[in-house]
Amino acid sequence: MSTTPSFLTEEMRQQAIGAVSEPRTLEVEKGAIIKFAEAIGDDNPVYNDEAAARASQYGGLVAPPTFLRSAVAARPDLPFDVPFDRVLDGGSDWEYFEPVRPGDRITAVSRIEDVTERNGSIGLMLIQTIVISYTNQFGQLVATQTNTSIRY
Amino acid sequence: MAEQIVWDEVTEGLEIGPVVRHPTSQQLVKYAGASGDYYQIHYDKDFAQGTGLEDIILHGALKNAFLGTLVTDWMGPRGNLRRLSCQYRGMDIPGRPITARGVVTGKYEDGGDYLVDCEIWLENAQGQRTTPGRATVSLPRS
Repeated sequence: MSTTPSFLTEEMRQQAIGAVSEPRTLEVEKGAIIKFAEAIGDDNPVYNDEAAARASQYGGLVAPPTFLRSAVAARPDLPFDVPFDRVLDGGSDWEYFEPVRPGDRITAVSRIEDVTERNGSIGLMLIQTIVISYTNQFGQLVATQTNTSIRY
Repeated sequence: MAEQIVWDEVTEGLEIGPVVRHPTSQQLVKYAGASGDYYQIHYDKDFAQGTGLEDIILHGALKNAFLGTLVTDWMGPRGNLRRLSCQYRGMDIPGRPITARGVVTGKYEDGGDYLVDCEIWLENAQGQRTTPGRATVSLPRS
């Protein structure tokens, strides 16, 4: 099997690690939560039933765990040009600290944790890991998402 | 409402699910609108095929959401989701059922929280795990 020559140098990698995006803020609307829960087919009443949610441990409506995907974070720019125009989502690792509620203002900031390359069945791939931090209007970290994307 | 599962009664090897999901192209359009992910490979077949795919495919994040629901339904109204991860290893196509399931891999106490680790995944009709992942939840003791 032929392999594409290496693209990424250790120096480029070190330049990329730690780069931070601009912050983006999402206003969490009740209707958006209800619509999101319906779209994923989750009928848990804590997402769509105000009275039931009030009686729950949360004391009110909350957003489903992956709702923060709709708080689209800016991606930090890589400090070099990338010779790939296709991108695939590799996966996510979420940690949760506080519930997300209607009326919250959630600010997402992402940071490059690592960039590596690999030769796979689709040729040379650039694998970028970013950590997105989501902070609410009280300055509380509500969640982090470590996301891997593959450019090829 | 589902009965509350309690930490003391959870054992390693306990199965979670299975829950069979039947994603449709309509659901992908709804998810695109709800999440803001309008990449055309999820609803435009010509576009998807132009990028080398056989058909439109499920959003990875929708599959992540299916796994979220699997775990939050299982942990019950007094459970708490602490961690949820998954990797997209294989594509899934609307119109084909996918099954969400999992298994408890460990339980432990940490700083007064009673935690349970689970391995979770989505598998297709051929039994291939297209979306493996992990979750950690805290549960009430009784």
